[in-house]
Amino acid sequence: MEILRDIFGALSVPDFYFAMFRSATPVLLTTLGAMVASRSGTSNIALEGIMLISAFVGVVVSAFTQSAFVGFLGAVLAGFVISNILAYFVLKLKSNAVISGIAINTLASGGTIFVLYLITGEKGASTSLHSLKLPNVNIPVIQDIPVIGTILSGHHILTYVAFILVIVIWYMFKYTRLGMHIRAVGESPEAAESVGISVQKVKYIALVISGILTGMSGAFLSMGYVGLFSSGMTAGRGYIALATQAIAAGNAVIGMFASLIFGFCSSLANYLQSSGIPLQFIQLMPYLIIIIVYTWYCAMVERNKLKRQMNNAKKGETHVK
Amino acid sequence: MNKKFTAVRLACAFAIAILLTVIIIFSISNEPGTAIYNLFLGPLQSKRHLFDVFASSIPLMFTGLALGLVFKSGNFSMIADASLYTGGVIAAAIAIMIPLPMIIHPIVIFIVAALIGGVIGSIPAILKVKFKANELVTSLMFNYVFFYLGIYTVNRFFVDREAGTFASLKYSPTATLGNMLSGTKLHWGFVIAIVVVILLYLLVYKTKFGYEIRISGSNPEFAKYSGINTSRVIILTQVIAGAVAGLGGAVEQLGMYQRFNWQDSPSYAWDGVIIAILSGNNPKFVPFAAFFLAYIRVGADLMSRRSDVQNELVSIVQAVLILFITAERFMAGWKQRQEAKKVLKEEA
Repeated sequence: MEILRDIFGALSVPDFYFAMFRSATPVLLTTLGAMVASRSGTSNIALEGIMLISAFVGVVVSAFTQSAFVGFLGAVLAGFVISNILAYFVLKLKSNAVISGIAINTLASGGTIFVLYLITGEKGASTSLHSLKLPNVNIPVIQDIPVIGTILSGHHILTYVAFILVIVIWYMFKYTRLGMHIRAVGESPEAAESVGISVQKVKYIALVISGILTGMSGAFLSMGYVGLFSSGMTAGRGYIALATQAIAAGNAVIGMFASLIFGFCSSLANYLQSSGIPLQFIQLMPYLIIIIVYTWYCAMVERNKLKRQMNNAKKGETHVK
Repeated sequence: MNKKFTAVRLACAFAIAILLTVIIIFSISNEPGTAIYNLFLGPLQSKRHLFDVFASSIPLMFTGLALGLVFKSGNFSMIADASLYTGGVIAAAIAIMIPLPMIIHPIVIFIVAALIGGVIGSIPAILKVKFKANELVTSLMFNYVFFYLGIYTVNRFFVDREAGTFASLKYSPTATLGNMLSGTKLHWGFVIAIVVVILLYLLVYKTKFGYEIRISGSNPEFAKYSGINTSRVIILTQVIAGAVAGLGGAVEQLGMYQRFNWQDSPSYAWDGVIIAILSGNNPKFVPFAAFFLAYIRVGADLMSRRSDVQNELVSIVQAVLILFITAERFMAGWKQRQEAKKVLKEEA
């Protein structure tokens, strides 16, 4: 009972929802990245590594140039470069995308520590670097509304960018030529090829977009609220994005809600740390809930498929698809 | 032609990795000679270092076997990570809390660790068969769940509060695995690993079920139509893989540690990926692949101790190797030219 009181206590604080949007941001950006790659038919498991490298590059570049914006560009460029390497191996040299992704993740986890040590002489975190943060933004008018202002205003600039990108990506898939080409290539490469779409080129563009989006999420991690890089700081968010992406099934708006579920769980986890629940149970909760939601979603899809087949059989439809 | 091509490709991948390593060392180090010497030849300098390589290859063999078996069946679960970590926690729990006589103690631990590892391994497989949930996605999430459960178990039941850092109480001496050679780190876990290698080789290549695994992996459609129960193959392979990884975690704990102090999940499951690839998912070659990776690991540790180059360099080498070895079209041009030459010769 006490736990329930703690939970309701957390849910009644506006700051809880603010934290929810904050925790959802890196997962959301990466989910969008995973989605663009996945819709083109490549499952991009390298997101975890790309995010880590971008987070690292953002900190280093901002520390050396003393410009947060240039640091951000560095992070995005890192995402661009790594996704190009991935694309070269997967598309040109026909490597298995998952295995190449694991290679990139291995490279990222060791490589960032290796270079961090070269620059700072430390392996844990970039505390000795004077890196900069990207700004928070107050939204005029909204910030003055009680409760809603506390929840929606004053976020990190990339949080707003992420939610704007939800609309952009949704629009891209629905209405633009590129979006339709990506979908066509993902659903049936042969058919796409036969109507003159260059499958290789479209897949390449999709992977690069996914790298750039993930680069932004890396920048959010190290140039957002924390303002430093620490080894392994992505903590599986790139993998979570694979799950939220799968739940979204290619719809950016559902991807946003799936990311918010994760944000909700990790915000709740933060609020319950002072309650009696063991810390580790709180830490594993977001992962467990994502598994449950994802499995439930898969079960629904499967059931609907079976139902449709049954209905078709009942109607006595003889034509075979 | 194909065998020769594979060999040449493998050699080129290694050459690229070595070249890159040397370039990196030369561009960052003030003592490149010492660094390179220790990385490549350090493990051969003394008997102790060489046997360290054998000892370090033990957990890599277990995860390499586990990953290789899952890959062979055409699936892609990373749950070996959770199985291995939990296997280690189980080993610690029984070694600390349940008093048992010599020899029986480790045997009980291995059986329980393998059983629990197998149960954990089955979860993503069952979710896949029952709900069509992608096993890679769920296994990656479950790795975090079981990692935190493991930390909780240690903290709640047998943590040593005096230790200063995260560590369990000391294992009972009856539970630890003896050293095979005194003065080295090599322990009897090596023999267990080799036994598992042989068993898995027999399973995959000499049994009917092994045949089903191979067919399901190489031609899933054919497997289905020829009456192979693919659901059973998916679940059983991942149970066996989980059991092997769980056993590996327990062996590593009892062989190398006196107390449980894995504050982070060790990267053995991810290393298992490169072992599986290098061995072509064939258990027979796993000891060699594991020895190779362990060799550079030990070399890299010596390098970072004796020169100014850090051992994380290995992960860069590892990544480059994985990328080039699995690149299907890598050097395809060379192969084509060779084949063309051969044909021309025959015509002339």
